[in-house]
Amino acid sequence: MEIDRKMVEYVAELSKLRLSEPEKDLMQQDLTKVLQYMDILNSLPTEGVEPLTHVSGVENVFRADVARPSYDREKILQNAIATESGCFKVPQTVE
Amino acid sequence: MQYETAAQLRRAYADGQTTAAAQTEAYLAQIAKYDKVYHCYNVINEQAAEQAVEFDKNGDKGGALAGVPVAIKDNLATEQMTTTCSSKILEGFVAPYDATVVQKLRAAGAIILGKTNMDEFAMGSTTETSYTGATKNPWDTAHVPGGSSGGSAAAVAAGEAPLSLGSDTGGSIRQPCAYCGLTGIKPTYGAVSRYGLLAYGSSLDQIGPIAHDVRDCATLLQVIAGYDEKDSTSIKDVNFDFTVALQDSDLRGKKIGLPLNYLGEGLDAEIKAAILAACQQFAVLGAEICEFEMPMIEYAVPAYYIIACAEASSNLSRYDGIKYGYHPESFRDLEDLYLTARSEGFGLEVKRRIMLGTFALSSGYYDAYYQKALKVRALIKQEFDRAFAQYDAILSPVAPTTAPALNSSLSDPLAMYLSDIYTVSVNLVGIPAVALPCGMAANGLPIGMQLLGRNFAEENLVKLANAYQTSTDWHNKRPQLKEAE
Repeated sequence: MEIDRKMVEYVAELSKLRLSEPEKDLMQQDLTKVLQYMDILNSLPTEGVEPLTHVSGVENVFRADVARPSYDREKILQNAIATESGCFKVPQTVE
Repeated sequence: MQYETAAQLRRAYADGQTTAAAQTEAYLAQIAKYDKVYHCYNVINEQAAEQAVEFDKNGDKGGALAGVPVAIKDNLATEQMTTTCSSKILEGFVAPYDATVVQKLRAAGAIILGKTNMDEFAMGSTTETSYTGATKNPWDTAHVPGGSSGGSAAAVAAGEAPLSLGSDTGGSIRQPCAYCGLTGIKPTYGAVSRYGLLAYGSSLDQIGPIAHDVRDCATLLQVIAGYDEKDSTSIKDVNFDFTVALQDSDLRGKKIGLPLNYLGEGLDAEIKAAILAACQQFAVLGAEICEFEMPMIEYAVPAYYIIACAEASSNLSRYDGIKYGYHPESFRDLEDLYLTARSEGFGLEVKRRIMLGTFALSSGYYDAYYQKALKVRALIKQEFDRAFAQYDAILSPVAPTTAPALNSSLSDPLAMYLSDIYTVSVNLVGIPAVALPCGMAANGLPIGMQLLGRNFAEENLVKLANAYQTSTDWHNKRPQLKEAE
């Protein structure tokens, strides 16, 4: 798999990353090299194999619907960029 | 240090030879003396000395870690200290709660010394991707301590903590243990709660102990393991008891598999020789060594990096410049805030892995990369299942070389990823592994090996490792420390 400049810019956009021109060069070169190596997986037949997403055989976890205190609001907000009336304050999201 | 292990500390406390306050002071003094050189810590617990005094007065002396100082990796949430994952994007972040493992440490009487340096978001094999600067290997400051739990390992090796917690997503406990001459355990997936562990690859991450010997690792693992309703992937009825495993060093009847293809091209000759010598030692102890092949290793690194990066790209989407840590000073609008915070806050290796993971999950490439990697993961698991149907454990190298020189790894990411070849399979299939020292290279750096077991076979692995350490001396070697000039 060869990664071109357009692909680097597209993936950066999906990743919410703004890359400088030298960073784009580097990413293009590194991702191409790594993905070309990863193409070795194509030499392994996997027809009929179930994908293994999780190793511990987890099941859904239920609990009784009982209200419990959550974390202290002050403590949650101590890391916020800005707060107002006990809430996170963010730039306008909808025109 | 006068008392180097938790076991020695516990004995000295019981005999009334010293106090938790005195020993905490001694470790803080060691940190003050040497951390300028090694940079094991991102932050020191300012209250450690006070907490030790309080422990001597009113603490429960019956806990498994009563009065024992412990260092913890800086990706574990702590209410009283910053948690940064060694990233600019979490600069100054103080978690609203303690991770479950931190609560358990406190409940067992441990005194937390501080938070240790790591590769940024645990992404790296050298601790050089840290925003706070590289940690140096206590055996030779021109070399890396390994990663990503490099600070946790170097702290123990430099006597700046008797034991520590690390996390292992693809070898991040075991590989720094091998590079620093220490013992570490990557527990079975689900054995230790991940609540409060800042996520990298959620289906791969496990927290585990680092110490001088497996006895201390077992003590620490017993404290932190167990079901936690706050981690929906934690397993019920986990209740390790290593008492018997630590008493009995008769290995007759044990079968240890040695994958011969792991010892082929790419492995340092000195490491190969050390692994073969360890095999002989296990044979002396009564175990049977059985040679076999595990050809799937060839596919482990690509499958691992696709899955780990995919999970990371999703996990790290929460860092938006709004809720945690670093906030840009100026931005035009919401989109610009996201872009500025993430572009200024993440380092290059983290960006690279977010990009790789985002690509593998993107429309058009999802099946060819992510789904393919998950299918390969299933095949790797089948190979391990077949091996564990025959053997009680698998013996393997941890890394193909001893600790690399500083500044020699980051310029070629693919080469760095390939150096994880022996460790990543364990995380892909969820099994436990113990890394322990088994030799010294001519360059004066330690050599490690690892023992892999089937799910929840920790007690068996501890027994094997303890039998080895009872009859050998590699875990008692200590580096000559350097003071700052």
